[in-house]
Amino acid sequence: MKKSLLGALAVSTMLSPVAAMAQTEVQFWHAFTGRLGELVAAQVADFNASQSDYTVVQSHKGNYSETLNAGIAAFRAGEQPHILMVFEVGTATMMAAAGAVRPVHEVMAASGADFDQDAYIGAVKGYYTSTEGDMLSLPFNASTPVLWVNRDAMSAAGVDPDTDLSTWQNVDATLTALKAGGEECPLVTAWQSWIHLENFSAYHDVPFASKDNGFAGVDTELMLNGEAQIAHLSAMGQWAQDGKFIYTGRRNEGGANFRAGECALFTESSAGYAGISSEAEFDFDVRPLPYWEGVGNSPQNTIIGGASLWVMEGHEDDAYKGAGQFLSFLSSSDVQAKWHQDTGYLPITAEASVATKAAGFYEANPGTEVAVIQMTANAPTANSNGLRLGSFDQIRGIIDEELEGIWSGDKTAQEAMDSAKERGDALLRRFEAANR
Amino acid sequence: MEKRVTFRGWWVPALLIAPQVFISAVFFFYPAGQAVWQSLFIPDPFGLSSQYVGLGNFEYLLGDKFYRASFVTTAMFSILVTLCSMIPALFLAVIADRLIKGSGVYRTMLIWPYAVAPAIAGVLWLFMFNTRVGVVSWYLGNLGYDWNHVLNGGEAMGLVVVASSWGRISYNFLFFFAALQAVPRSVIEAAAIDGARFWKRFWTIVLPLLSPTTFFLLVVNVVYSFFETFGVIHTITSGGPQQSTTVLVYKVFADGFVGQDLGSSSAQSVILLFVVGLLTIVQFKFVEKRVHY
Repeated sequence: MKKSLLGALAVSTMLSPVAAMAQTEVQFWHAFTGRLGELVAAQVADFNASQSDYTVVQSHKGNYSETLNAGIAAFRAGEQPHILMVFEVGTATMMAAAGAVRPVHEVMAASGADFDQDAYIGAVKGYYTSTEGDMLSLPFNASTPVLWVNRDAMSAAGVDPDTDLSTWQNVDATLTALKAGGEECPLVTAWQSWIHLENFSAYHDVPFASKDNGFAGVDTELMLNGEAQIAHLSAMGQWAQDGKFIYTGRRNEGGANFRAGECALFTESSAGYAGISSEAEFDFDVRPLPYWEGVGNSPQNTIIGGASLWVMEGHEDDAYKGAGQFLSFLSSSDVQAKWHQDTGYLPITAEASVATKAAGFYEANPGTEVAVIQMTANAPTANSNGLRLGSFDQIRGIIDEELEGIWSGDKTAQEAMDSAKERGDALLRRFEAANR
Repeated sequence: MEKRVTFRGWWVPALLIAPQVFISAVFFFYPAGQAVWQSLFIPDPFGLSSQYVGLGNFEYLLGDKFYRASFVTTAMFSILVTLCSMIPALFLAVIADRLIKGSGVYRTMLIWPYAVAPAIAGVLWLFMFNTRVGVVSWYLGNLGYDWNHVLNGGEAMGLVVVASSWGRISYNFLFFFAALQAVPRSVIEAAAIDGARFWKRFWTIVLPLLSPTTFFLLVVNVVYSFFETFGVIHTITSGGPQQSTTVLVYKVFADGFVGQDLGSSSAQSVILLFVVGLLTIVQFKFVEKRVHY
């Protein structure tokens, strides 16, 4: 009896490594928790159940910055994952690390998975595509800023909630009316640099930085102190002084105010849908982001925020096949359509958008299509493909600091943005030196 | 005749100090040496390539007027944190020392905040002073004061100082309390019999006798405010509004771990090491003269 048990143990210990070897492991590090974390885990489980050659192992590594840091530290220690989620701000850092990442188009070609770059929505993939048109990382979660309207607050202040808010000229008049009607927080924003400078520039088809916003080379300089940007920030600065625009912080702190019904208008990512629709106890609308009529080529298209998946170097060929299969699975129409509908993130393929429409999702959830239309209405130009700037996380920090100078009235928009350019350019030169 | 024990040979003392030397080497000299070495390069984040720039990182930093300005911010921040964490601690220790009953309970409760991690302490204070839902900012609003540390640099500085000092009060309290217990009762009683009142006794007897502890805490708290406060600042203000709470150590953290600029971050930590070393020498040279052991 004892002997046979021992024998069974010996056989099982001998067998188990063989069983494990049959399935190649693919490590996937991401930055999602809560509901989004569950949805990612479900995608991974579905993929693992759909085939028997590969096992994708997903792990959460903290917020976006922490996940990127974990990936970099792991690479230095030779223990990098196969797939790493990197937020859009880290794109230039990853692209410059030629020996650390393997471009997605190469991975896909080698894995034999279905891969047609043209199936992906231009404005989404543009952010992660080389100037030669090759996709370097797979867009995963992408969103774009829109205008959220608290219809009840509009009515309470005696303003028609159906007022046309497509231009900032109209918004300006509406803010004045809201203020006069007793509204204490007419406008609030999240992610000020992303929405009011980066997206603003793309939407008005004016450059944010030289060299096609950094797509054409690392010897780029900021151009965020252009006439259009200064005019917009001056107007916002005046609104801040008049109490029509309330500043709540550098990230999405304003979301709490809006969801609680304290603010009338809110510029925030389209991915705010999940939170707002579940918490808001008032009637709300999603409108396209406003533009200044007559400025630049507005409305062009807005750009994305979010993250993409990078495949890292230094693994076995077999694992890359698995990574390619997994990325192909994530891009499939069904998975994308479900992701888009569950999260409010944009679909990454046109097919997924069509499938969502066909399923009647947009009619059942009014406003969810606004972001898709806003992104895809026009073919992106050199100014609206996205941004590819080194040290961009720090540059955003500098922009935040300078914008705070405008909101508090310490600086004019021109002074603040000239200073942001000077300080940001110094960082860009360092990035250029590090990646020469 | 002087009585002195001497040991022959060198290996016993060498063996005895070896663990300390080993720990210092592994956890201080090696990383500090690495920082000095790395400060001469601009590396890429992945460690794939790096450009030798000599003193270029230092030139870049010292040529940046915002970096120079953060020295002033740091000086102000450190002075405030040191004062705000030592004075209340001394006050509480004096009061707890006079307690006859229940001092154990007070002592235990006063030590609690020290167990709270800096980042969590930051979140707690941020929550109380949150411009929208904060309890304190709500009361201030009722009193007619519009609290807004998101745009007001002075208020932001006040908030990070309080949040950084709070946990340290416990630490300082412990040392002051122990030192007070060691003040000989006989001296105090003699002064009392001579007619010296409480404050007179405190200023002329207790405080001078506390001076070794005070000096030790001064050095330790300055080092704390220079090196260990980035967690609080990161959670509360991220260095803002504008640059009003960007202290040197926060910039080391932000440039290195958020911005991936390891060259600049290393150069900054070398500068910081130098500044704190200098400060400690100054403290030992000038302040220690006034300490009675």
